[in-house]
Amino acid sequence: MGMNAIEKILSRKSEGQVVKPGDVVMVDVDFTVHFDSMRPDILKVNDPDKIIAMFDHQVPAPTVLAAEHAVNMRNFVEKFGVKNYFPVGKHGISHVLVAEEGYALPGKVLVNADSHTCSSGAMNCIARGIGPSEMTYILCKGRTWFLVGETTKIVLDGKLNERVYARDVIHYLPGEYGDFAQQNLEWYGDGLSTIDMDGRLTMATVSAELSAEFSLFPYDDVLANYVKDRARYEFEPGFPDDDATYAREIHVDLSTLEPQVVLPNFVANNVKPIGDITNEKIKVDQAFIGSCANGRLSDFAVAADILKGKKVAPGVRLLVTPGSQDILMKAMKAGYVETIMEAGGVVTSSTCGACFGGHMGLLASGETCITASTRNFQGRMGSPQANIYMGSPATVAASAIAGHISDPRNF
Amino acid sequence: MASTFKGKVWKFGDNINTDLVIPNYAVMYKLEDQLEHTFNANRPGWVKEMEPGDVLIVGKNFGVGSARDIGAIFKALGISGVVAESFNGLGLRNIINAGLPPLPCPGVMDIFDEGDVAEVDWVSGEVKNVTKGTTLQGVPMPKDLRDIVVAGGVENVLRAEGYLAAKS
Repeated sequence: MGMNAIEKILSRKSEGQVVKPGDVVMVDVDFTVHFDSMRPDILKVNDPDKIIAMFDHQVPAPTVLAAEHAVNMRNFVEKFGVKNYFPVGKHGISHVLVAEEGYALPGKVLVNADSHTCSSGAMNCIARGIGPSEMTYILCKGRTWFLVGETTKIVLDGKLNERVYARDVIHYLPGEYGDFAQQNLEWYGDGLSTIDMDGRLTMATVSAELSAEFSLFPYDDVLANYVKDRARYEFEPGFPDDDATYAREIHVDLSTLEPQVVLPNFVANNVKPIGDITNEKIKVDQAFIGSCANGRLSDFAVAADILKGKKVAPGVRLLVTPGSQDILMKAMKAGYVETIMEAGGVVTSSTCGACFGGHMGLLASGETCITASTRNFQGRMGSPQANIYMGSPATVAASAIAGHISDPRNF
Repeated sequence: MASTFKGKVWKFGDNINTDLVIPNYAVMYKLEDQLEHTFNANRPGWVKEMEPGDVLIVGKNFGVGSARDIGAIFKALGISGVVAESFNGLGLRNIINAGLPPLPCPGVMDIFDEGDVAEVDWVSGEVKNVTKGTTLQGVPMPKDLRDIVVAGGVENVLRAEGYLAAKS
């Protein structure tokens, strides 16, 4: 029985044995990614060159506590001579940076104490979020365990219609199929070749909301073109065996999808096609585009395209947060920032910021937000009495103009 | 460490997420300062009602969400073990790595009412409702992962091996 691509990489990174669902494998980890803080009681590390350190969640520090944590980070970087370091000024959201900067590479294993680390699955990289104590364990020992889950193969056919995006695809799946707890996803199909790297990174990131373990995209022409000038290291992609088996196969015809909105509080089986909710005219107080899910240049481009010559509705706050300094710079040069600001939007520095209710855009009780960030959990973006809907950046921009949740295909 | 844990049951439903366990404003607090905020949004006051030794019986997809260390929180509160219809992978890792016994057990929500007493053998997988006299078979974790729990979690391992400074 053959192995799928995820099992192949895990096999190569462990003892080379056949890997199958239910196995616990000990795996060598290529990179640990750390942000905002480091514990000061670490006495020795496995390999400083496998450490990537950056500021992403709370940058620039919004509280004294965050500032104190930042001091711990800088001390750690100095103490252990960490070279892969992105201080304030070179900062960005960790999952965005590791792809842009050529660390998240095909066939590598990367961990980070943030659940959206599965983002790097778009790079054909075995990547997942782990907890803070395990992060310290891997930093010290250089390896960890994975409990191998069953894998669902998702085959995309056809092509997305105008104003329907990768974000809508990754909303459609849990709406239709529920959660994928402790299961892996592998993505294939002719339709996938029509989705660019920004879109794939969105889909891999939001796979965390499907409760998936690894969400692995293939090393194809689209990915090969993206990494060829960025890769900082040699890499070896993971491909499935010809006789690889999957627990389940799901086919999605992209041409049949319309924009998909996730309703508040949870994701699995809580998604509606936009046509089913626009007649409710759900009023929004805040519209947010950003995070590791949708803070990329193409997201700025979509927002600017919809907002050009229009105004954000009175009483609505539109916030747009880039995923990195580089994205913000490019968005400025392309004129997107100007367009968004002329429409009445706010463009912030790169940070996780409003996405996790950290700073720069929290919600009051009774308020409603439409967001193209990562999560709709109760209390996620501020008050537990706020409602969070999720849609693509186009849906968010259209809703900001209309003042209520709206279909971007009308803009 | 015993292969069983026994205690009064608290029930929580499906999709209990990390942000409910550790609210956004408490993310950077020290562990001991985070505890009182557990389930503040969905069940305010629970921390005062629960007692060390109590057991969590929870629904599907438990621990979905962020890397916030829900295992460390429940361990520090004195929860003796978590039995779930199913776990999110990251939530499960944090529970194991904190040294708290987990047991996946489909159907478990149906055999308990809140306040019942549960006796759980997390090595064999047998779940007993002591109050009602019913039992159910769960799916125990592989031994390698149970060994991490028995060792008291990964930080204990690191401290014993000299990677972390001794606790002051």
